[in-house]
Amino acid sequence: MFPKSGNRFGVESMRKKGIHMNWTAIGSLSDIPRRGARCVATPRGKIAVFRTADDKVFAIDDHCPHKGGPLSQGIVHGAAVTCPLHNWVISLETGKALGADEGAVRTIPVKVEGERLFIALEALASRAA
Amino acid sequence: MTEKLVIIGNGMAPGRMLEHLLEKAPGRYAVTIFNAEPRVNYDRIMLSPVLSGEKDYEEIIIHGDGWYIKHGITLYKGHKIVAIDRTAKTVTSDHGVTEPYDKLVIATGSVPFIIPVPGHNLPGVLTYRDLDDVRAMMLAAQSRAKAVVIGGGLLGLEAAAGLNAQGMDVTVLHVMPTLMERQLDPAAGYLLQRAVEERGIKVITKANTQAITGNGKVEQVELADGTIIPATLVVMAVGIRPNAALAKDAGIAVNRGIVVDAGMRSNDPDIYALGECAEVNGMVYGLVAPLYEMARVTASQLAGDETAAFVHSDTPTKLKVTGIELFSLGDFADGDDRQEIVLRDASAGVYKRLVLKDDRIIGTVLYGETADGAWFNDLKKKQTDISEMRDTLIFGQSYQGGAPLDPMAAVAALPDDAEICGCNGVCKSKITGAITAKGLTSLDDVRAHTKASASCGSCTGLVEKLMVLTLGDTYNPAAVQPMCSCTTLGHDEVRRLIKAKGLKTIPAVMQELEWKTSCGCAKCRPALNYYLVCDWPNEYADDYQSRFINERVHANIQKDGTYSVVPRMWGGVTNSSELRAIADVVDKFEIPMVKVTGGQRIDMLGIRKEDLPAVWADLGQAGFVSGHAYAKGLRTVKTCVGSDWCRFGTQDSTGFGVRIEKFMWGSWTPAKVKMAVSGCPRNCAEATCKDVGVICVESGYEIHFAGAAGLDIKGTEVLGLVKTEDEALEHIVALTQMYREQARYLERIYKWAKRIGIAEVKRQIMDDTSKRKAYYDRFVFSQKFAQVDPWSERVSGKDKHEFRPMASVGFAEAAE
Ligand SMILES: Cc1cc2nc3c(=O)[nH]c(=O)nc-3n(C[C@H](O)[C@H](O)[C@H](O)COP(=O)(O)OP(=O)(O)OC[C@H]3O[C@@H](n4cnc5c(N)ncnc54)[C@H](O)[C@@H]3O)c2cc1C
Ligand code: SF4
Ligand code: SF4
Ligand code: FES
Repeated sequence: MFPKSGNRFGVESMRKKGIHMNWTAIGSLSDIPRRGARCVATPRGKIAVFRTADDKVFAIDDHCPHKGGPLSQGIVHGAAVTCPLHNWVISLETGKALGADEGAVRTIPVKVEGERLFIALEALASRAA
Repeated sequence: MTEKLVIIGNGMAPGRMLEHLLEKAPGRYAVTIFNAEPRVNYDRIMLSPVLSGEKDYEEIIIHGDGWYIKHGITLYKGHKIVAIDRTAKTVTSDHGVTEPYDKLVIATGSVPFIIPVPGHNLPGVLTYRDLDDVRAMMLAAQSRAKAVVIGGGLLGLEAAAGLNAQGMDVTVLHVMPTLMERQLDPAAGYLLQRAVEERGIKVITKANTQAITGNGKVEQVELADGTIIPATLVVMAVGIRPNAALAKDAGIAVNRGIVVDAGMRSNDPDIYALGECAEVNGMVYGLVAPLYEMARVTASQLAGDETAAFVHSDTPTKLKVTGIELFSLGDFADGDDRQEIVLRDASAGVYKRLVLKDDRIIGTVLYGETADGAWFNDLKKKQTDISEMRDTLIFGQSYQGGAPLDPMAAVAALPDDAEICGCNGVCKSKITGAITAKGLTSLDDVRAHTKASASCGSCTGLVEKLMVLTLGDTYNPAAVQPMCSCTTLGHDEVRRLIKAKGLKTIPAVMQELEWKTSCGCAKCRPALNYYLVCDWPNEYADDYQSRFINERVHANIQKDGTYSVVPRMWGGVTNSSELRAIADVVDKFEIPMVKVTGGQRIDMLGIRKEDLPAVWADLGQAGFVSGHAYAKGLRTVKTCVGSDWCRFGTQDSTGFGVRIEKFMWGSWTPAKVKMAVSGCPRNCAEATCKDVGVICVESGYEIHFAGAAGLDIKGTEVLGLVKTEDEALEHIVALTQMYREQARYLERIYKWAKRIGIAEVKRQIMDDTSKRKAYYDRFVFSQKFAQVDPWSERVSGKDKHEFRPMASVGFAEAAE
């Protein structure tokens, strides 16, 4: 799993695989409340950007693997969010449903540079493909 | 292409079948269920603990409404199928719904047998089969009068014990010389009778019921020998018959039950039958273990495995009457080729008998001490040759190793494949394996993952012992149910410690009470937030990130992620300018759905989150404030038109309702609170199923509480009668504050009141003036901080981030 550094670890491994990334600025850390989330609108649907209690930042599709509930509206605890519609718990690190439920949502690489937040939109492009 | 699977009946057998099917062939079928009973699938076996008051209905639900939603299954509740058209391949319900099927499963269960004596159809004669029967019995029991149970078998005795626990004077009539003669030999039947009689239940054996008589309702039962037993309630529990009439009418082969092959298929290849209505290899069944086996087979067949076949096995019988231990298995009739081993211990009330044939156990009756049941069952099932241990066999497993074992060691010594849960056929290693592999720590977890002890519950003790063996001291069965997996403390303990230690923030609670997670979970955080809001109204800063989305954005989230908005209409009263303002908002924001709610106000649905502040701004202009339709807080106060208009009205019920609502709005409560005020006992505002209700009468105000009209239906309890409106308000406010301070988060008033006792609530609110005043004052104080309209706050900019995307990034920009 990704210990301290949020999705940055995942980014590294993608780099190693030689996938090219384009980082797009989406705002600053203080735009998101701790243990909360904000949405980023994209042509391919909303992305939910989460900030945990210890200031780790994660981005996943705002679309619960169960019935499409808006995960950005859920309660954030640890590195997970509970979907507001039927209480599935989704890991922010892996995008996978935790506990007895099964399903996964796409994670999007995020980078925190000082206060600035970036997401990797190449991942979006590949989603279209 | 998905095939259409239609199921008739929603009992325990098809419920289990669906679980298997969803696992084996998810998505293969579009499933529709018709159930004559107007409810979801619940654990029928556990009706007896509901009747005796040891459990609530919600505790025995197997699949809640959410389960059907989650799996996309359509359930028609209260629809009885009246015809199957095998040529057109459709079924039709009594409400006129016709549904086509590719595959049909008939699971109509059994119907209780009714002895056709004169008077069998008088009001007051009940059977014992479903929740309605239990509710009717509980209602009848309120009279604490006399009841007669006809039938001294498993069901009859459980009914008798339940009615006895509810305070009725019960007589059991049994036609045979000893009780439960099909499962017990006469010696054990005798011991059982003594134990039943010791609880104050009368037993008459060899009783031949001749007639039930009474004037318009049951008054007495007459026996053939002339004995007359007075009774206001008669429960017939004399056996069941497979419910196969529907199949028979459709021309499907029916003998005692619906005839099916070992693959549970009837003579129509597209129609299966399972459960108590099915007859397989000439046998019909009335215990869940074989029905669950049928469920497994049917699911496999439907998933395409044509080799799956039903195999008969004996199921042990246990009586679920607290304090009576009995276990019966297999065949225990006498016979020349059989030997028996008997143990009697009169002082301890123990009787054990093993029936052997060719050095193998074929039957077992245990009374008074049943711990070895699992072991004997295992020996029988495996056909173990017992000649080596014959002398000590009856003393049980603990004696076999030489020194007696303690019960824990006996469980430890059980072989891995020993059956622990008879209902669900779960063996020891499956339970211990799941505990280790999945890291299970609570009985509920074990039930969820293995089903062990999830049906009749009589193996709970064994399962808990296995948990102790596997988990060591970390498992403590006697401990209170923790709030969630972040803590070992229960809700009550946490509430007490918050006060005692003066904890005023969520991090403080988590630090001081040694939370196991860094920032809690979606279960504990909203609860803690509420407890702190309630206990420290002037000091605690509400933690919005610990509130459920609805309470965070002050609107109700809908399935598509849009929101609905319900403004307050005080007491359900409105006027033309309010309605006009609503109409304008609906037009301006193109709101797709406008609906009148059950709480006498107007709901606007399908509003985009971004539009919420603007919608509220417009509504605010017209004087509207939030209706808190989303809140664990005061929702609505429903009223009737009362003495201002109604010719029966005794008081100004409308005015009083508006007054209550204006006084109490904005308060947060453990769960939602709905109220109503009716102007007279005709009760047009339906006050007697509300959390708090008022019935106005000539002499004043009758205050009611603890009603329910949701998943549960329950009439209110009367708190008391007061003379003036001011007094009524004071009592209602004090009651609400008592509830706010004591209840567990998400516990409705009726559950809280049941837990602490109706009498206790009355004592503190009606009788103890100083307590009542103190509660009232604390409520009034907390309202100073709570009565802020959340909508206007947000129109003025609070929590702006909630309603706007953080950024919008276009695809072109992304590609650069
Ligand atoms: C009080 C009590 C205690 C029990 N204790 C035990 C025990 O300790 N151990 C044990 O193993 N078993 C016990 N049983 C037996 C066990 O509950 C049953 O064997 C089991 O529930 C039967 O399941 P089923 O699915 O076949 O039928 P049911 O659970 O009876 O379900 C049949 C359903 O079909 C519906 N239905 C019928 N006709 C139609 C129609 N035409 N259209 C639509 N719906 C229809 C009925 O309304 C009913 O809900 C007990 C039973 C009772 C009543
Ligand atoms: S509005 Fe209520 S009754 Fe209707 S579907 Fe939703 S939860 Fe069920
Ligand atoms: S409850 Fe009584 S007073 Fe109120 S509308 Fe009905 S009949 Fe009239
Ligand atoms: S949509 Fe997320 S839990 Fe159902």
